[in-house]
Amino acid sequence: MTSAGTRQEWQRYTRRERLARFALYFGIVTACVVSLRTVEIIPEFLYDAPEQMADLLRRMWPIEWRYYPKGVHAALIETLHIATLGTIFAIAMALPLGMLAANNVTPNAGLNYLAKLLLVSSRSVNSLVWALLFVAIFGPGALAGTMAIAFRSIGFVGKLFSEALEEARPGPVEALRSCGAPWPSVFIKGYWPQVEPAFWGIALFRWDISVRESAVLGLVGAGGIGMAIDSAMNLFQWDRVALMLVVIFAVVLIAEVVVTEIRKRII
Amino acid sequence: MNPGLTARTRRPAFLPNWPARLAWLALITYAFYAASILDVTWERFVTGLDNGMRFIARMFPPDTGAAKLQLLAKGLYESIEMAIIASALGILLSLPIGLLAARNLMPAWVTWPMRLFIALCRSFHQVIIAIIFVKAVGFGALAGILALTVASIGFIGKLFAEAIEEISLKQVEAIRATGAPFMSVIAYGVLPQVLTRFVGFATYQVDSNLRNSTMVGIVGAGGIGGTMFAAFQRFDFDFLLTILLAIIAVIMVSEMLQNQIKKLYQ
Repeated sequence: MTSAGTRQEWQRYTRRERLARFALYFGIVTACVVSLRTVEIIPEFLYDAPEQMADLLRRMWPIEWRYYPKGVHAALIETLHIATLGTIFAIAMALPLGMLAANNVTPNAGLNYLAKLLLVSSRSVNSLVWALLFVAIFGPGALAGTMAIAFRSIGFVGKLFSEALEEARPGPVEALRSCGAPWPSVFIKGYWPQVEPAFWGIALFRWDISVRESAVLGLVGAGGIGMAIDSAMNLFQWDRVALMLVVIFAVVLIAEVVVTEIRKRII
Repeated sequence: MNPGLTARTRRPAFLPNWPARLAWLALITYAFYAASILDVTWERFVTGLDNGMRFIARMFPPDTGAAKLQLLAKGLYESIEMAIIASALGILLSLPIGLLAARNLMPAWVTWPMRLFIALCRSFHQVIIAIIFVKAVGFGALAGILALTVASIGFIGKLFAEAIEEISLKQVEAIRATGAPFMSVIAYGVLPQVLTRFVGFATYQVDSNLRNSTMVGIVGAGGIGGTMFAAFQRFDFDFLLTILLAIIAVIMVSEMLQNQIKKLYQ
């Protein structure tokens, strides 16, 4: 390109990269402009938003604390049970799937692919959609919520677990194999001690997310505090809704503290 | 230690780990207890499977009538619009918020309120935030956009602040030493160090917004979610399947795009 003697101009990116980046920026701007121009927003609604917000806050205040023992406590406990039991089910199912998906534990490309496909399909459906499906199958109630949390969590726990397994060092495993240890011993004494901290970290992280998600599953009829919110909202009892929001906020905070504390102890 | 230690009394290679075993036992006991409380029984499961077969049978074939497809396209288009606008707004807003919440660049009296704000944005599920905004600005796409924006600030703001807190301060010092004004320090000392990670967070958030924009419609905040919930409540299960397949297709396309964009910035 350049003969000796002429000054060579250095550029950080190739022409192709620059074009690709330009195309990306152009695409982003176009997408934003097109969306902003065509999205249906009713401006009249926006004008009285502050008024509506003030009205909402006025209706929410004072928070009806007295309602807690009667209508919220049981629903809250149910929510926590849904989240925990759903996560336990998910762990029980994600352990074998994660093992099947990890290439070093299961050296069979077909099985790996199948397990990965199952994990991806579990993750690509939102937990609210899982809840809708399970409400249709099992009827409204906590069973549908538990199953929704479990099925959504399998993909998450299984994917991260199989990745942790694939990163395990082969040394201990080979040592056990060369002693003639049977397959279960190789897994329990070779792989498991290496992935255990990662595994509990993943499970706790997922439990934290499940607690947040199980609070809304009730909106589609899958049990827990969401159902109480839904009925209070339909009756415009905003002081009760406010109480439930405060309770959810507190529980989410406590869950986060609990998870951080347990993580510090076991990892 | 003990001189009389023989091969027979040697401790086993793998000592039983009693605390761990007890923890597993407790976990399993809890699972049975919670299952009994929540009325999760085997009979219900079996009846459910029966129901499930009927449910799946009614889903097929997916409904592809012209009117239904039009409804689907309208809802899906609105969801995508909501996701794009909310991501743009969320990313633009979380840049300054994340910067102000970084403890290595800002004094404590700035970072505390910002960190509290981010924590507040993060603590509620998108659908609950959407409920509040539906009341504030009425039904429709605007409520969804605002809800997703708040959720985006909670997520990107936190990660961005953490990324800034992990940067090397040497480059910042070097640029400060030249007497550069504050904005130049940010632009040449801080941003180059966090840009790649920020692109990662942003693409992840766009993807997450796209997924959630198909959900917030359940509480009336616009997008395909409302159509989906209506189809569900009317037992219109064949149309429900069409909607679900369309949503999954959109999400897969978005994941492909996301991978391409990440490659561009590696």
